[in-house]
Amino acid sequence: MRIAADQAPFARIDRSRPVRFVFDGRSYEGFAGDTLASALLANDVRVVGRSFKLHRARGIMGQGAEEANALVTLGEGAATEPNVRATMIELTDGLVARSVNTWPSARVDLGAVVGWFGLLLPAGFYYKTFMGPGQGAWHIYERFIRRAAGLGHAPRATDDRRYDKRHAHCDVLVVGAGPAGLTAAIAAADTCNSVLVLDEQTEAGGSALGMPDRIVGMVDRLRSAPNVRVLMRTTAIGLYEQNLVVAVERMGDNTADIRLSAQRLWKIRAERVVLATGAIERPLVFDGNDLPGVMLASASATYAMRYAVACGRRAVLVTNNDGIAKSAESLRMAGIEIAAIVDTRPSSALAPDGIEVLRGHGVVRARGRSSVTEVEIAPLTPDGKQFLPRRRRIDCDLIAVSGGWNPTLHLLGNGAGRTRYAPEIACFIADDLSPTVAVVGAAAGELGEGYSVRPAWRMPAVGRGAPWRQFIDLHNDVTVGDLALAARENYRSVEHLKRYTTMGMAHDQGKTSSVNALGILSEAIDRPLAALGTTRARPPYTPVAFAAVAGRQIGALYAPKRELPAHVAHLGCGAVFAESGGWMRPMHYPLAGESTADAIRREVLAVRNAVGIVDNSALGKVEIHGPDAAILLDRLYSNDWGSLAVGRARYGLMLTEDGMVFDDGVTARLSDTHYLMTTTSAGAGTVVDWIELWLQRAWRDLRVFATPVTHHWADLTIAGPRARDLLGRLSLDMDLSPEAFPHLAIREGTVAGLPARILRASFTGELSFEVMVPARSADQLYNAVMEAGRDLGITPFGVDATLILRAEKGHILIGLEADGTTTPDDLGLGRLVSRKKDFIGRRSLTLADRLRPDRPQLVGLQSDDDRVLPGGGVVWSGDSKLGHVVPMSSCRSPVLGRCIALALIAGGRDRIGSAVTVTAIGSQHRASVVSPVFLDPKNGRIYV
Amino acid sequence: MLILPCPWCGPREETEFACDGEVSSVSVDPATASDGAWADALHNRTNRKGMHREWWCHRRGCRQWFWIERDTATNQLRNSGLPGTES
Amino acid sequence: MRYSIASLLRNALSYHEHWPQAWRSPAPKPRYEVVIIGGGGHGLATAYYLAKNHGITDIAVLEKGWIGGGNTGRNTTGIRSNYLHDASAAFYDYSVRLYEELSRTLNYNIMFSQRGLVSLMHSDAELAQADRLRNALHANGIETDFMTVADLAREIPLLDTSPDARYPVIGAVRQKRAGTARHDAVAWAYARAADGLGVHIIQDCAVRGIRREGDRVTALETTQGNIAAGRVAIAVAGHSSVLAEMAGFRLPIVSYALQAVVSEPLKPMLDTIVGSTAVHVYLTQSDKGELVIGASRDGYPSYAQRGSFGTVEDMMAAGLALFPTLGRVKLLRQWAGIVDVAPDASPIVSKTPVANLYISTGWGTGGFKAIPAGGVVFAHTIALDRPHALNERYGLDRFTSGRLMDENAAAAVRH
Repeated sequence: MRIAADQAPFARIDRSRPVRFVFDGRSYEGFAGDTLASALLANDVRVVGRSFKLHRARGIMGQGAEEANALVTLGEGAATEPNVRATMIELTDGLVARSVNTWPSARVDLGAVVGWFGLLLPAGFYYKTFMGPGQGAWHIYERFIRRAAGLGHAPRATDDRRYDKRHAHCDVLVVGAGPAGLTAAIAAADTCNSVLVLDEQTEAGGSALGMPDRIVGMVDRLRSAPNVRVLMRTTAIGLYEQNLVVAVERMGDNTADIRLSAQRLWKIRAERVVLATGAIERPLVFDGNDLPGVMLASASATYAMRYAVACGRRAVLVTNNDGIAKSAESLRMAGIEIAAIVDTRPSSALAPDGIEVLRGHGVVRARGRSSVTEVEIAPLTPDGKQFLPRRRRIDCDLIAVSGGWNPTLHLLGNGAGRTRYAPEIACFIADDLSPTVAVVGAAAGELGEGYSVRPAWRMPAVGRGAPWRQFIDLHNDVTVGDLALAARENYRSVEHLKRYTTMGMAHDQGKTSSVNALGILSEAIDRPLAALGTTRARPPYTPVAFAAVAGRQIGALYAPKRELPAHVAHLGCGAVFAESGGWMRPMHYPLAGESTADAIRREVLAVRNAVGIVDNSALGKVEIHGPDAAILLDRLYSNDWGSLAVGRARYGLMLTEDGMVFDDGVTARLSDTHYLMTTTSAGAGTVVDWIELWLQRAWRDLRVFATPVTHHWADLTIAGPRARDLLGRLSLDMDLSPEAFPHLAIREGTVAGLPARILRASFTGELSFEVMVPARSADQLYNAVMEAGRDLGITPFGVDATLILRAEKGHILIGLEADGTTTPDDLGLGRLVSRKKDFIGRRSLTLADRLRPDRPQLVGLQSDDDRVLPGGGVVWSGDSKLGHVVPMSSCRSPVLGRCIALALIAGGRDRIGSAVTVTAIGSQHRASVVSPVFLDPKNGRIYV
Repeated sequence: MLILPCPWCGPREETEFACDGEVSSVSVDPATASDGAWADALHNRTNRKGMHREWWCHRRGCRQWFWIERDTATNQLRNSGLPGTES
Repeated sequence: MRYSIASLLRNALSYHEHWPQAWRSPAPKPRYEVVIIGGGGHGLATAYYLAKNHGITDIAVLEKGWIGGGNTGRNTTGIRSNYLHDASAAFYDYSVRLYEELSRTLNYNIMFSQRGLVSLMHSDAELAQADRLRNALHANGIETDFMTVADLAREIPLLDTSPDARYPVIGAVRQKRAGTARHDAVAWAYARAADGLGVHIIQDCAVRGIRREGDRVTALETTQGNIAAGRVAIAVAGHSSVLAEMAGFRLPIVSYALQAVVSEPLKPMLDTIVGSTAVHVYLTQSDKGELVIGASRDGYPSYAQRGSFGTVEDMMAAGLALFPTLGRVKLLRQWAGIVDVAPDASPIVSKTPVANLYISTGWGTGGFKAIPAGGVVFAHTIALDRPHALNERYGLDRFTSGRLMDENAAAAVRH
């Protein structure tokens, strides 16, 4: 019910701006400045949701982040947002909200039948049943349980609003712009260069909003200070190491203005952090305390003063502390009748004018069908453990409760401090704070002058069933009965209690339930509360959208694609691309109407019979400079490098310290002190890191530099018997004759007018020249080659053809044969292990395991029939498992006309000539073990 | 996210760096080490809970290595230095 | 009291006032035949199987905090056996089989839900490696099936299966027998069963020192006094090196923070576990309705049970890369466990350089799924002073011989 303007003179709603909204299909009106919660209360909507387990009717109980009941789904259709607290939603015109976990609506919910069986569903009931009849029974029961569980529905469509991130640095960051935060910020502004103030509300003022005087002028003073920035609608969700505060600013969430990002994630580094995060009132635990109409006293006061909303007409206030006086004053000012204040303390200083205070009394139960209609109270024994006779009923439609206050210290849960129990104010306060973090105001336990409280963790239960209606965690339906059961069964550690009963694990993460639960546990097992410890509060403080955390790192920007320098030219040739080794690379180039297999076969045959061009620009390239370059290479590679002449190149293997092959490539000597190293594509970064690690940490005496130049040079490789003819047609200033330019040599000069390095090396097994030109000229060279080679049958070929060409030659691929568990000898490359020098990995090559006769060794397999052998198939000799067919190595060789594959099998080289079986899911093959070099073992095609 | 002091670039965010684990406390001569001594040097770690010295590389920056003392239980940082001064 | 629907009904009539303790909390005796350090899933399972399979009941399990409070209570609860190496496949598949019977074996519903694990493939190279894995598994009697993009679109409508995705999905491999279980319940179920066989479970009992005479352990110095032991077993993943140091040796272990997050509870939308290697993230939905999301470990050694926010940013970005409609689903809680990682990503269940001291560690990111089998083989190793057939390859000696069990092997292709 809305309160007249003169009874809430400082209310922050704008009565001149009505706002229409829809809740559970009905249309209502509120005002600008309302939250959805205040507007619902103003319209006397009492039941706003259903509890998680028992589907009990629930009303709004709080006014901010602590709200445990009023979760709604925002929006309509595909792009909905589930599980938003009604207390945190700014009311905007046209807003549509639905209650969650209800059907058909919060008021009339069929799921409520579950509540009738509440006693069958105590804490952990699911651990004790649903175990049979057969194995897998749970999976059947689970379907029903899952359907009942969960809250809102996930959105079905992609949210296309923008989410940004921003970094900020400041001297002082104040979290919370209530009276304490404002005071701290003003003080900081006088002495510090930069001050940042955050508050989750729409306007500064915190608990003072709607109240007279307290903060007048403070906000304006802050806003006018040039060194202060105030961010509203911004929630600090976590305080991490070194004072990193992560906060979420809700910017365009509630507007249609597409220029605004929906939300902005702030990553703030502050020299000092001031937590002025206030305190959250605790509920009181009594029979029926979950009925709509039972709410936090401070929340009912806030609704009255800030939103001009009466949450009831006649209230009974229940308290164990003096803080209630302020709430009572607000309610009275707003014209709400206060029938009585029930104070659990036998004596207290509480004496508000004209209100009956029933000291030493407690609540036996709240009564009402769908919301509160009366409260039954009784005097308590002095220890508060039992009721005395003389019960009394009071008519009321609002029970405003205060069980004391909990400083909001959630942000300390990630390392910036601890909390300890302060018995004098019956709550947990900050302890062992990081020296650069301060806590002020209510968050620091300053709960008002002369604040006095006596714990009343729960009211006595009347009847054996009552504990099961005394709710602690409203959202998850955890009762005193559940807690007592857990304690009885020895789930007594605070964490066990939480996990067994699910107390504090709901949306509100225990903001209003945890301390009460600890108090009850402490009494149940007779251990002091201070000795129990607490569960650790984990970030985020309030739930945060995945999209806000991901920011712009979505869609194409999730991981930018790397394109080859000649990408456009490949497109022109009809390339089909796929990501491989971190680059978008042409897989094959199908002609119109040609199948993939036919295209690959055509490309292979072109390379074997004429000439092809492949883009090897993705290969890593590293320039090694310095007088000790050769020494470096000798230590990095397992083979000898000292004797390499200028202008020549050599293939080498790099090993891990464990002796396993981890990268390979050809390295060429450009001058006495200058080498060009090539690496695998995916290894380009790793190898440079590896070199730097050794140069900087172990071999600081070496005079040598390694410079990654992968992106500087394109590498277009021309391969095939006509490669020399083709290259000769490009205006070029070097002699290509075999004598002048032998295999494994490098020359520098110009090609087609471009500065170039040409490396004669072969992965395909054909005469092959790798032409390296500056990356920006890649297209130009590519087109020149295509043009010049047209009549020679120049054919672009891709990764797929390369896989076949290399398999026919038995050339290894890092990641396939060399999968991190194979040594040079396993791969048949024992000749590349120097006996003369030390190199990385050498020591490990003499370990017992490396000398095993049954090590996996690389061999060729030749199918006994015309079926392609299964890549990744298992190789057997009889019943004994030998190893596997190397993935991506199996093919029907177009030139050999046979089905071949490479395999790693135990003691493989000794098995050459023998027969094996290859099995895969659904197939079995016979094959012969042969040499892994199927084609041209003498390399006659390369050395032409 | 830690802020680490690159000796060349100054304080930078953790995401720019790569960690290579603790500075080894054992050194062996591969030529003479027994298999056991070699395995100890290669694989075994002190893996201290508390302050230890570890290697970091400013991987997405100047690519330079340095060591730093960090408490593995609290992430508190202490001294740091260039390679060659780690032991 | 046996747990059943009948006992639940009966107790409801008496307002649940008569349930017995799930396990007792005895004061420690001065000496036990076997003392197990670590009351997580592995420690408790080991105690249970020592009593059950080997008849050793004079056992104490010492837990420095609350049982199940380490990685058992901080993981994403995935259970699977799709391992490449024969020895690993055999071990983990045995574990899955034990899990299948565990609720009934222990009379405690651990909610093993075999909802399947779907590993997404984004490239031919991944498909090729998946073939190797599938064939190897098939040869070990572990079945997987291949899912086409159409299968995925039908069964996981939440997944972005469009070819325009940044990492388009081109297929998936599913292990149907994989699933999830209620993590805390596994610890509690073993605790209750072990307690029933006479095992002492002693919480809030931290080990401060390990007393040795020669090459034998004689006693443990604990916060509840000295406890003598005939044999000592360490099962404290996340803390193994600290205990090993007390016993005087080093381990091939580095400890890292592994983070996970859960979302707010939502109505059922994902009935399986979905993971991707290229887009490094995996997701499942708990019975409560929360999405449980995990990704890679943090990049530096850590004993702090909290992780770097950067990892969470990457995790959320990866999650949205696969499931773009989840943008406005909210992250409810973020936490970290400390995982002990061996160089070959395989576990260590082994004798140690100290004669009567045994260790189970190196479970990396996958210790939860290994709890039942880990308990059986560790109990065997302790009882008989030699490994079970299933952990012969998991000894510390493999680091000296060089015979590692590299499960990282069939990873990315580099060419």
